[in-house]
Order: sequence, then structure tokens, then C-alpha cells
Amino acid sequence: MIQVDEKGFYGSFGGAYIPEMLYPNVEELRENWEAIVASPTYQVEFQSLLKDFVGRPTPLYLAARLSETFGAKIYLKREDLCHTGAHKVNNTVGQIILAKKLGKKRIIAETGAGQHGVATATVCALMGMDCTIYMGELDIKRQRPNVERMRILGAKVVPAVSGSKTLKDATNEAMRAWIADPVGTHYIIGSVVGPHPYPEMVARFQSVISEEIKWQLKSKEGRENPDLVIACVGGGSNAAGAFYHYYNESSVRLIAVEAAGHGIHSGKSAATSVLGTPGILHGSKTLLMQTEDGQVIEPHSISAGLDYPGIGPVHAHLHEIGRAEFVGVEDEDAMKAGILLSRTEGIIPAIETAHAIHALNQISFNPNDLIVINLSGRGDKDLETYIQWGNY
Amino acid sequence: MNRIDYLFQTKKERVLSIYVTAGFPSLEDTLPVMEAIQAAGADIIEIGLPYSDPIADGPTIQESNTIALENGMSIKKLFAQLLGFRAKIHLPVVLMGYLNPIIQYGVEEFCKKCKELGIDGLILPDLPMSHYLEEYKELFERYGLFNIFLISPQTSEKRIREVDEHSNGFIYMVSSHAITGAKAEISPEQEQYFERVAGMNLSNPRLIGFGISDAATFQLASRYSQGAIIGSAFIKNIKNSTDLNRDINSFIQGVIG
Repeated sequence: MIQVDEKGFYGSFGGAYIPEMLYPNVEELRENWEAIVASPTYQVEFQSLLKDFVGRPTPLYLAARLSETFGAKIYLKREDLCHTGAHKVNNTVGQIILAKKLGKKRIIAETGAGQHGVATATVCALMGMDCTIYMGELDIKRQRPNVERMRILGAKVVPAVSGSKTLKDATNEAMRAWIADPVGTHYIIGSVVGPHPYPEMVARFQSVISEEIKWQLKSKEGRENPDLVIACVGGGSNAAGAFYHYYNESSVRLIAVEAAGHGIHSGKSAATSVLGTPGILHGSKTLLMQTEDGQVIEPHSISAGLDYPGIGPVHAHLHEIGRAEFVGVEDEDAMKAGILLSRTEGIIPAIETAHAIHALNQISFNPNDLIVINLSGRGDKDLETYIQWGNY
Repeated sequence: MNRIDYLFQTKKERVLSIYVTAGFPSLEDTLPVMEAIQAAGADIIEIGLPYSDPIADGPTIQESNTIALENGMSIKKLFAQLLGFRAKIHLPVVLMGYLNPIIQYGVEEFCKKCKELGIDGLILPDLPMSHYLEEYKELFERYGLFNIFLISPQTSEKRIREVDEHSNGFIYMVSSHAITGAKAEISPEQEQYFERVAGMNLSNPRLIGFGISDAATFQLASRYSQGAIIGSAFIKNIKNSTDLNRDINSFIQGVIG
């Protein structure tokens, strides 16, 4: 069974390695989140927002021309059609209601490319809550449109100027901000990372993805389980959501697609499952790209959303026990796959998602296999990267 | 007897602990800075193991970590620098660091090396009590290393009692809801918290850290505890120093008067 234990471990990965100053906050969350989320008042509000605000259920779309191209029956789970353009909002809706029930007045979050920042700023606007987003100074320069979207939505965007000035440093800054205001603030972590209970909590909010896949596939194909589920992994929230209800269905192959950057061993990659070793990052024990002295290595990917030096502890566990197959897709191949999907299905995917599409070239499957790819986000935010790449 | 216990048996008030990042401001400054801290009259030396992602530290100490790493500091390098340091340093020495570099070094090997060199204790902010008790307590004790716990204004009385039960050496009282170096003065709310903890009759001595920077804040912290820890203000003081001995002496003398 793939299941988190009461101390927050998936096998040997997970836990809550946090400074004492954060202990009361994390403990408050750990003790209360499941009961709050299970309560009828919570569920009524959550389900109604998922339906009317996010636009769920998202379609499960049979991609006929893509299927023909690859010689299998391929469905796309259209998370790109969620409000704000990606699956990230499933989690922020879930956490903002939780924060409100915990009596929090202020929300903080980290963001890399800005998708989680926008999804957080969006739900804060919806609920009238004060919102501060921490973002690496370099990412602020690279992702101007998302920075302005957050500001339009009323959020304050604070640059993280330490270290490499990217996602991991933004996460450090958000944790420091949480230490500085532990009582009034809730920290909405955007992926299945961080101290327990975050990895499981975020996975649970994203698990609506595989919950819907199950009944949608049942009605379209007469079966709940596909042969393969494919999703890209940075921290791993969309993959955790797409895999969640299939963790323990051993007939379903789970394919986790990482960013191999310029090549897994090129020194410019984010393929944590290959390059990572067990270590502690942002409060949990997981696979981590680090030097032999235990200093965290700055990864590289053309997609900011996969540009993270660790993976969620659940994915480290799925990797360790061989439950998921990990595939590394290089920058150039991901870009080509993005163009391919655009031309065959009329869908411009986020570059993160394009990695998952390209994985079809790198794994084996049978012609009659039923494949679900989690189309985690749309490519609007990546237009500049597509333009600069230019090869279309 | 562990040097920390000996210190608190012989000195019950105005104990001053000074934090410095290893390999800062220059790689080979570690030992000279320690000697200067001792000569200037401080009581405990806390050496920071630099880390790429120090989440409990503010900008000043983060920057010192970055500089030390750029200088080439590592646990291996520090242990090489500390070889034989007990010939010169008699003060208690504790290492402060984040867990990951220690795990990569090998926790048991790390503890063994600490004992060989003459390190007295460890402050590991991202090692919470439950993980310590389950995974590390026995190991630390085997090598005579005190594990120093932190408490903050948010720590419940029940948990402070638990910390006291499992502590040795002293308890590190974080003065506020803050990261290191965040504030320059002590508020009335903080004083209430100091007073509340002082009234709990804990079995371990307490040192107050975070936001202690000068004679006034040291004086105030010492009113409610056995003393205090100064980090960021000290780092600022030596960052651009052209004469470490002189600047360290005048800083510490300025604090303890």
C-alpha cells in the first residue's frame, strides 16, 4: 500500500524536519486538516467552488490524432482548462477554505514560474484575504506577465534575493515569513513538498484529478483503470493528483516525467530521480540534487515549473519501490512535443506538460493500450519561451 | 564533565555565547576568530556550518553562509581546521548547522569526529524533538554531544517542559517570532515571554538568542536568563574588518562592559 504513515513518511521519505519556531503552526495543521476537510460545511464550499469557480470536472478528451500518431488510445485530462490555466488552483482552493476555517487572516506562498502564485492570488482575491507571494528575483524578471497578474489580483510580490534567486530561495523566504508571523498566517505550499502534512494534503486536493479520470473513463471505456497514466514531475503535484487513486492499482503503469534539461548528465538538468540522493529539503526527507557536502544544487529546466532540486517524498518513495517509472525528457524534445500537440490537437500545452507528451517517444506500450496523459497546464504563460525557441 | 555544564556551574549569569560562521569572513579565519572571541571574554563559541538553504536565518547570516561556501568551507574543511584546536581554546564550543550536510557527511562519523576534536554540543534548528529522540539521541549521547533545543514565544508550556526534560547543556530561547537578526530591540511582549519562562523553574539554564545585538539587549536578556547569544550583530561587525582581533575585542567588550 502507498500510504502516508502517521509521522508523515512514505517508506523512508517524508517527515517534518522543521525549526521549533514552526512547530506550533505545522502541528496545528496536522491535527486539524483532515477533520476540517472531511466536515460537511467544508465539502459543500469546496465542491461548489471546484465546480463553479475552477470549472470542474475538467474534460477527459480522446486525442484522436495524437492517438493515431503514437499508435495507442490516448486520453488527455484537461487540467489546462481549469481557471488560471493549470491544476494548481485545485490546491489553492482547498487550502484557502482550510485557512479560513483555521481563522487565518493572511496568506503567503512561494512561486517559481508564477502559476502557483497566480492561483494563490486568485483565491485570496476571491476570499478577500491578504496575500504575499515570494518569488525569486530572477524569476520575477523572467516571468513578468505572471508577476503583473498577481499584482492585478491584489497580491504583494516580494523578491527572494538570497542564494540562486529562484524557486528554492522563494520557498526559503516563504518559510522565514511564516516563522515571523506564525499565528495569523497560513502558508499555501504549491506542491507535494514541505513538512508533513503538506505533501499528503496537497496530494489529496489534487487527487480530484484521478478521481474524475476514474469515472470519466468508466463512462467512456467501460473501465476505471487505464494501462498507463503519464504526468510530469517537478515537485510533483499534478502527478500526485493523477496517480493518487491508482497508487494501489498495480495493473496501471505510472509514468513520472522529469526534466532532463540539456541531458541528464550534462550538469544542466532537473532529473532528480537519477541525480538525487536522499537528503532534507524544505522540511522533508526526499531525493535531492546536492553536492557531496550536502549543499543543494541549482537545477536547470527550460520549464520553470520543473526547475526544482527535489521531488515530493511520495515520488521518491514511488521511485524507490519501483512503483512508478521515471523518464527524463530534454528541453529540446519537450519543445518539439509542445509543437506536436499544438498541431495535432489544437492545444498549446505548458512546457512542463509538453515533457509528458514527449515521454510517449521514450517508453514502450502496446497498440491497444489505454493511456491517460495529465495535461497539467496551458501554454499561454510560455509564449515567450516558444517564441525565443522559434523552431516552428 | 561536558564543558557546557562546567561553565553553567561556575557562571550563573551574564553568560555570552558568540555565533560565527565557519570560514568567514575568509576561509582560514575560523580559528583566529575563535581565539579572538575567547580572548575578548565571551563564554561559549557557536560555530555555524554554512548551508545553501538556511531557513531559520536572516539576511546577515544567510550572506555569511553564502560567502563561507564560496570561500570553500565544508564540514571536512572545518574539521581539518579544528584539528588540535583544544590546545588553544578552552571555552565550550557548539556547532550550529542544518541537518542535510551532516547526513551527507555521515551522522555517526560526524559525532565521532566532534568528540575526537573536543566539540561539546550541537544546535540543529531543523532537527525537531521527535526526530531527535527516535533517530539521533542515542548516537549523540554515545559521543558525549549535548543537543541544544530551541523554544520560541509560541512554544506551549507543556512542550517547554518536554524540551527541558530532554535537554542538556542549555535551552536556546528564541526571543521572538523571527529569524536571526530580524529585530534590534526587545518589546514588552517579549519581556513577558522571558518572564513567563523564567518563572517555570526549568532544570536547564537558558540563553536568549535572536535580536540580541549590544550591551542594552544583552543586559535585558540577562535579567531573565543566564545570558544570551549574539550572531548577526557579530557577523556584521567582522564582515569588513581589517583587524579582526581589535574589532572582535571592542565588540565583545562593548557588550559585556
